[in-house]
Order: sequence, then C-alpha cells, then structure tokens
Amino acid sequence: MNAVATAKLQNQGQGKLSTEHVCIGVLGLQGDYQKHLEMLHSIDGVNAKIVRTAQEISEWCDGLVIPGGESTTVGKLMARYGVDTAIIERAAKGMAVFGTCTGMILLASEIEGSDQHRLGLMDTTVRRNAYGRQLDSFEADLDVPCLGGKTVRAVFIRAPQITAVGSKVEVLATLESGEAVMIRQGNCLAISFHPELTDDTRVHKYFVEVTREAAVGLMAR
Amino acid sequence: MEQQKSTWRTKVGLAEMLKGGVIMDVTNAEQAKIAEDAGAVAVMALERVPSDIRRDGGVARMSDPLVIQEIMGAVSIPVMAKARIGHFAEAQVLEALGVDYIDESEVLTPADESFHIDKHQFKVPFVCGCRDLGEALRRIGEGAAMMRTKGEAGSGNIVEAVRHMRTVTSHMRKIQGMREDELMAEAKSLGAPYELVVEIHRTGKLPVPNFSAGGIATPADASLMMQLGAETVFVGSGIFKSENPAARAKAIVDATTHFMDFKLIAELSKGLGKAMEGLDIRQLDEKDLMANRGW
Repeated sequence: MNAVATAKLQNQGQGKLSTEHVCIGVLGLQGDYQKHLEMLHSIDGVNAKIVRTAQEISEWCDGLVIPGGESTTVGKLMARYGVDTAIIERAAKGMAVFGTCTGMILLASEIEGSDQHRLGLMDTTVRRNAYGRQLDSFEADLDVPCLGGKTVRAVFIRAPQITAVGSKVEVLATLESGEAVMIRQGNCLAISFHPELTDDTRVHKYFVEVTREAAVGLMAR
Repeated sequence: MEQQKSTWRTKVGLAEMLKGGVIMDVTNAEQAKIAEDAGAVAVMALERVPSDIRRDGGVARMSDPLVIQEIMGAVSIPVMAKARIGHFAEAQVLEALGVDYIDESEVLTPADESFHIDKHQFKVPFVCGCRDLGEALRRIGEGAAMMRTKGEAGSGNIVEAVRHMRTVTSHMRKIQGMREDELMAEAKSLGAPYELVVEIHRTGKLPVPNFSAGGIATPADASLMMQLGAETVFVGSGIFKSENPAARAKAIVDATTHFMDFKLIAELSKGLGKAMEGLDIRQLDEKDLMANRGW
C-alpha cells in the first residue's frame, strides 16, 4: 500500500503522515538507477524500489525518480511500454517527480532542436549536451540556499542546460554564470547534475520532503 | 566556485549513465542513426565491425578520423572509438577528435605486447577488456573508468562472454569471503593492485561499471549477460551482420532493459530474421583468438 492510500485510511483515525513512510520508485528503464536506489535506501522514512512498468508507477509510487542516462533511450522505452502515460496520469493526481539530467530533459516541455519523446510536465526549455561532449564534463561547488549553508559538490556529465523557464517555475540553484541548474514547479523537481554520484544525500532528502508534502496535500483534499 | 573538468568522478560517471543500455558498433552515419533510433545509449565508431576484421586479416588499426567525425556529427548520444592496445598516440589522436570514450581494444592488432596505455594521463575516459579479475584490476589500476569482459569479438558466439563474466564475478565472491589477512597474498597471485583487492573484499563489486562484450547476437543473449552480472551490453557485429538490423537492435535494447521479463523477451525474439553467422570457438586457432591479446 502506498503512502497516499495509507494516509486516506489514517484520515479516518488519528495517524499522521509525517511519521509514515513514503514510497519512492526509481525508474529502471536505463541509466544510473542503482545509485539513486542506494541513496534513497540511506534515508529514513522511505520505501524505495526500482520500477519499470506502468502498473508499478500507477499503483505503488508516491514519488518517482527519473535517473541520469540517455534521454533518447529512456524516452523511447517509456513510449514503447506506456510508461510515459502512467507517469503523466499519476503526476496529475499528485505523484512527485524528480528528474536528474536525462530526467530533467524528459520533464521539459521544450527540447531545443529535437522532437524526441518527453513528458512535458514542467514549463521549461532545455538544450541537450549544452556544455559540450564528455571532455567538457565538470564538477563545481554549488550554493543551494534551500539545502542550508554548506555547498553541494555538483557533478555535470554531458549535461543539459535550462535555457528558459515559465513563471510557475522556481529556480533553486544557479551556476556562477547565472544558469539555473536546480528548479521546482509544484511536485516536480529537476536538476542538471548528479548528487547520486556523491555521498551528499541532501538533494534526495529535499525530494523526499516534496513527496511527503504532495501526499499530505492529497490527504487534505 | 572552482570548476574541474575530466575528474575521475566525471569519467566513471559517464559509464554509470550508460548502465542498463546497449552500446552498438557502427561503421557510418546511417548505421549510427539506426542505432540511435533503436535506443542505443552509445555507439562505437569503427571502419569495420569485428567479424570483418577477422575475415580480412592483416593489421587492424584505429579508424579513419573522417569516419569517426561523420558518426559524431550524426547522433546526439556518446560516441566511442577504439585504439590499439598500447598505442597511446592513437589514443591522443582520438582525444583530440573529442570522442566521448576510448576503447583500448583487443579487436585491433596490439601495438605493444608488454605495456597497456597509461590511461591516467588522459582527459578522455577509457574502457578496457578483461578475461579475468586480475586483468580487470590491472586495467583499472592503469586508469580505465569502465570494464567490459572480452568475450570473443566477431564470433557471434556467446560462450567466451559467459566464461569471462563468470570468471570475474565468481572470483569477486571468493575474495568477499576471505579473511583480511589473506588479501595481500591474493593480490600477489592475481597480479593486481592490493588496494583494489581490499575494495572488492569490502564491496563485492568492481570499483567501476562492468559491461559485457564479444558474441552477443540475440535478445536472449543480452538477458543472459545481464543476469550473469553485466551492467550494460556491447553488441558489435551482432546487429549490422544480421538480416534485419533495425528490428534486432530495438529488440536487444528492450530485452536489456526488461531482462527478467521472459514473456516479453519471447515476443521480442519473434520474426527477427537470420542472426549473424556464428563461429565455433573450438574450431579457431589459438592465434586467431582476439581475447588472448593483452595481459
């Protein structure tokens, strides 16, 4: 049973969702999903597993992580097995979604110069491989005010760039040059770097809170 | 806010991003597009696929930079290219071309029978082949950021890929079960860096992603290698030497993702046409085995 269902039951009693587990799936079609799973397993209050089918997403997930990988590959695999439709439908009903790199591309409404498959859940425009090829992959220290004082060591790999955001999108972190690298729109969170390749769990903890808030919001409806 | 390029984390990181996918050998822009459309996570840019290299004989070298650049221009996914074992100048040329990964590969004719490339000196990451754990750890010690078990390239026969993957994973399980005071002697007998043996004792895994190559020709082959512990599969001659490359490429991509969904793999395997011609490894001369190149 997922947290939303649990919350609905508890609504009739006196339970509090804030102390309950949330169920977070990591989309395991392709990419570094195992790294995300390890990170989520280290956080208290989270049930995490790899999900690959529309059914698992529809029935189990309070939150979904779309990991780094190849966006063209993941987009195709989503479309071939109806996973895209399941994500869009669940997100409309309150599932939180966290896209890293490839996930950020797939969440965008516009992908510059490309008609590849996407979810389009965020009002953003992205440019793939915007920093160059692998030789231009880099690490940088990032100020992320919503995560507290200590900087985040951000790893960018053939990273996409957010080139435009709509008015409902909140920018949570930027590079020194001013480019947004972490954004949120309602229940959707997107970043262009890879916290799962480091030992810093703060970004994932932030997403767990987004998921929890979304589930509580559903309960209050 | 200091930025650092080409760190160990970015090198291994790209290999992490390729996990659960299929990397396909291609020889021109048209094949590269077919691979990308099928859902490949990366392509290996080559002049000839391994089965043709095997058939043609002679010295196999780095591909023509024109071929590599044409392929880099045709697709948005990462492009890899092969350098001969020990040929660091070919690797320097490939780095100058801006390829995303270099494969120091036994498929090409070795340039040095004693020394592999010192891969730490490069900004571009490297993948290397291995037949056993000692070989894998020596390559990682030299700076490889991704491993692939060798299999027998261009054979269309999965038997060597299975042998090499089982050899590596069973040896890691053995090390995990050892006492700590046995690890130095194990490092000595493996001919591998002690620190890496200690790390395997602790984690049970290679410190970099471990992919499978050499002989994969069907969706079931891909599922087999994923179940045996491969984190991604390389398919060389298996796609473009088959009757219907586009359909076979897509089927292998889907089977790699859903490698435990056997009903689906049954569907994916239907009507793909003829697979590539395979070779019986036992009929090959020792000197014709590509996997024996490197140490």
